[in-house]
Amino acid sequence: MTSPDSQSHTQSPPIPRPPGSLIQTAFNVCIAVLVVALLSSFLWKLTHSALPDKSDDHHFDKKPAFQSTINNIDQAFKKHWQTAKISPVEQASKLNIARRLSLALTGTIPSLEEVRRLEQQPEGQDIQWWLTEIFKDRRWSDYVAERFARSYVGTIEGPFLVYRRRRLVDWISDQLFENRHYDQLVRQLITANGIWTSKPEVNFVTVTIDQNNDEKGPNETKLAARVSRAFLGIRIDCMECHNDKFGDHWKQKDFHQLAAFFGEAEMSITGIRNNSKTPYEYRYRGKKEAQKIPAVAPFSPELMPSSGSPRHRLGQWVTHQQNRPFARSTVNRLWALLFNKPLIEPIDDIPLDGPWPAAMEILADELVAHDFDLQHLIRIIAETKAFQLDSRSSDPSNPLTVTHEEHWAAFPLTRLRPEQVARSVIQAASITTVDAHSHVIQRLMRFTQQSDFVKRYGDPGEDEFAELGGTIPQRLLLMNGKLVRERSKKNPLMNASTRIGILAPDNQIAVETAYLSIFTRRPEENEKNYFVEQLGTLENKNRSQAMEDIFWTLMNSTEFSWNH
Amino acid sequence: MNRRNFLNTSAAGLAGFSWMTPMADLLAANAKNTKTGHPKAVILLWLAGGPSQLETFDPHPGSPISFGTKAIKTKAKGVQLAAGLEQTAEVMKDVTLIRSVTSKEGDHERAFYNVKTGYRPNPTVVHPSIGSILCHQLPNPKIEIPTHISILPNQWPARGGYMGAQFNAFQMGDPKQPVPDLVSFTNEHRQSQREKGLSIVESAFSKGRIARLDEQKTLHQQNMANARRMMESDQLKAFDVSEVPKNERLAYGDTRFGRACLAAARLVETGVRCVEVTLTGWDTHTNNHENQAKRVDILDPAFAALIKDLKRRKLLDDTIVLCGGEFGRTPKLNGVEGRDHWPKGFSMAIAGGGIPGGRIVGATDPSGEKERPVNPVRVQDIHATIQHKMGIDFEKELITPVGRPIALSDGNVIEELIGS
Repeated sequence: MTSPDSQSHTQSPPIPRPPGSLIQTAFNVCIAVLVVALLSSFLWKLTHSALPDKSDDHHFDKKPAFQSTINNIDQAFKKHWQTAKISPVEQASKLNIARRLSLALTGTIPSLEEVRRLEQQPEGQDIQWWLTEIFKDRRWSDYVAERFARSYVGTIEGPFLVYRRRRLVDWISDQLFENRHYDQLVRQLITANGIWTSKPEVNFVTVTIDQNNDEKGPNETKLAARVSRAFLGIRIDCMECHNDKFGDHWKQKDFHQLAAFFGEAEMSITGIRNNSKTPYEYRYRGKKEAQKIPAVAPFSPELMPSSGSPRHRLGQWVTHQQNRPFARSTVNRLWALLFNKPLIEPIDDIPLDGPWPAAMEILADELVAHDFDLQHLIRIIAETKAFQLDSRSSDPSNPLTVTHEEHWAAFPLTRLRPEQVARSVIQAASITTVDAHSHVIQRLMRFTQQSDFVKRYGDPGEDEFAELGGTIPQRLLLMNGKLVRERSKKNPLMNASTRIGILAPDNQIAVETAYLSIFTRRPEENEKNYFVEQLGTLENKNRSQAMEDIFWTLMNSTEFSWNH
Repeated sequence: MNRRNFLNTSAAGLAGFSWMTPMADLLAANAKNTKTGHPKAVILLWLAGGPSQLETFDPHPGSPISFGTKAIKTKAKGVQLAAGLEQTAEVMKDVTLIRSVTSKEGDHERAFYNVKTGYRPNPTVVHPSIGSILCHQLPNPKIEIPTHISILPNQWPARGGYMGAQFNAFQMGDPKQPVPDLVSFTNEHRQSQREKGLSIVESAFSKGRIARLDEQKTLHQQNMANARRMMESDQLKAFDVSEVPKNERLAYGDTRFGRACLAAARLVETGVRCVEVTLTGWDTHTNNHENQAKRVDILDPAFAALIKDLKRRKLLDDTIVLCGGEFGRTPKLNGVEGRDHWPKGFSMAIAGGGIPGGRIVGATDPSGEKERPVNPVRVQDIHATIQHKMGIDFEKELITPVGRPIALSDGNVIEELIGS
């Protein structure tokens, strides 16, 4: 019988085959292509050579105004540290800063290939160059969109049929990738009308529909709670059932008048639309009957436009350039993303009248002056002294204490999120960058491996920045789990551990390459000596095993599971 | 304020360490529980999806809302169960039915949260599940395996919430399979090489950081040591149901759920504080009767065998067994013979722990017209009752990491379930 492959150019009809074998053949071909591609690109990546820069437009021009803002922020922190009588620690290494940025903005560590290219960049331009690289990479927008979505709609599956979370996340990702300004993104969410499939932003509204409730439309109070927390950084929703117990700032009325802006949103055959005949009604405590609630801003009423639909007016008011809570809340969210810890905790409880920490107002001003350009603000924060500080102190006269972290006088040591750990294992096990350009098989593997891992590691869900403590199952998963085993065991095709062992010219380079792949740093002298000795004169299988052991060891360390 | 305990003493959040109950308190609490005769453990048989009260614990035979469901007599006088629960009927002298549970949550995820924690979902804080509260309040320092275990969890296993992820339930699948991630994939020699390397890497990382980094902040190495202790523990045998004689094993039914219930009994015997066992598939929006019956076939032998087994091993007085789901199902059938979500009067069965059996609390309307049941029991009342029985002061407020005081439960003790 003629082989199926030789049939492909003849006129005769193709021989029917079970679909399984087709998939198998395609899989084999893909693997073969992958082998050739990976092996051919490997040798130079292992050693110190680097790719020429992919393009010339990587240079980010630090204009005087850019530098001046950074200086102002640094000054504000300097003053704060002086008042607090605390000395900041030293600056972190370039590679360390790049690792933080990758984890924060793409959810994974830099690949060995990226480390090599980064090291080629001139001093002073490297961090901005790295950010340009990140912003060109779809991983950034996909990852941050998912993080943002958690605060917009949570992680619940939501109502059946009328809610498509994936569509919403993809839409947010598109906005971030195109760097559409954040005020515009938020306005689109608040004012969204139409069908949730063709207008993905509508899902922000439809997620609140409770299908078991007699009321079939979107839920005004849930929407008001999301708007106040995610976009304004205030917890006015605590007042849904009572006045403020812990202060006298908010009244129950404030919350329901905010909810009233969503009163006209209703579900129809054409999706979400406005209907002025469905005002928001609520029965206040102590009242006998529900009453129609007017739509009134809880503060700064002068910023509210006088015309337009209630949601249109709310969108304009929330994102108004002079509406400081919106700017501060956006700053706090980006700060939290970058430091893995918000500037003001909890992330959605920012005091309306201050006091705010050093730099908050400068950053909010900068964000407003640049029309809510998120990438610009990320570039600013990344360049500040506070972000670039080490997370440890090498100065015995200024030993690290918890106070350093409290005052941002050292970079905070925080636990990585489950997907960051999973993605980092997968990335560290690959010499090349696992991104949108990776082979489809590699990306598929990443997807399934990551979701299995996150499920077992424990996803904190919406609690984006709550420190919840580590667990024994997490350690068991790293010690004995499938992901680390699969990605560190002998596999010359897929796994960096084996390939480094085979191709590194000597033990020192092998150990150094493993460290760069997993820790984004070079080993210290005693670390290097120990592992070089472990590799000794081992060959073949024994050498692969020794490399596997090094990978296991580094991936099971505190350093690997914590952001530093 | 003296009833408030600070969960997190430091604004900087000294990670999980400061959230733990101090060791002295732990030992005292444990000693107290062994001496005072309070029950020591809870097994939660979690019927995910919302079981129909009418086809399980609250049949209304011959009424317009039964739509043909028959009832059977049980060993407890005057207590009927829906047909299909014949084995459970045999143990009803030890089981009490609460037929008037009410909540305000009709959505699966929200209702899950509500029933497992005793609180309605609230965006400011994540409340701990009942098992996490028990483990936090009644720690058992002698145990080397997790004291809070979820067998066959679906997407929302019990979690520690503001008490910390260390109080999350340890998740495992069918006890027929080995517990995941417990076996090292290398030999002892290599493992010891790895550990040696790890100590060098850890020492490099801790340089220039806060004193006692692991103890004060990361707990990384401590958790790893505990993980190793668990890997080597004899107590792991409790997970392995294959060593139980076949006839005893099969009494639970030859199902994943049956095996999981058997494992739960063994785990409780070993000293585990809370085991939740999930049986999914109760969300019968179509063909309610047929689909509920399929689930009842699995539940009946497992539930009955569990009660009998605990009694035989003299563990029933030390163990509270609670059986139910996130809500019940509508008295009326929908257009496709299904019953929809119904949080306004559903059933839960409770047994053991000194709770008198053979009783009924509350009643639903046989015509389905009156929504409010007789003698309604709120979800939080069940939580308060269980904690009270376990010797926990459930009104005690903990200061959560965001600074807000929250009581362990804001329910009331159900008087009918206390005393004899």
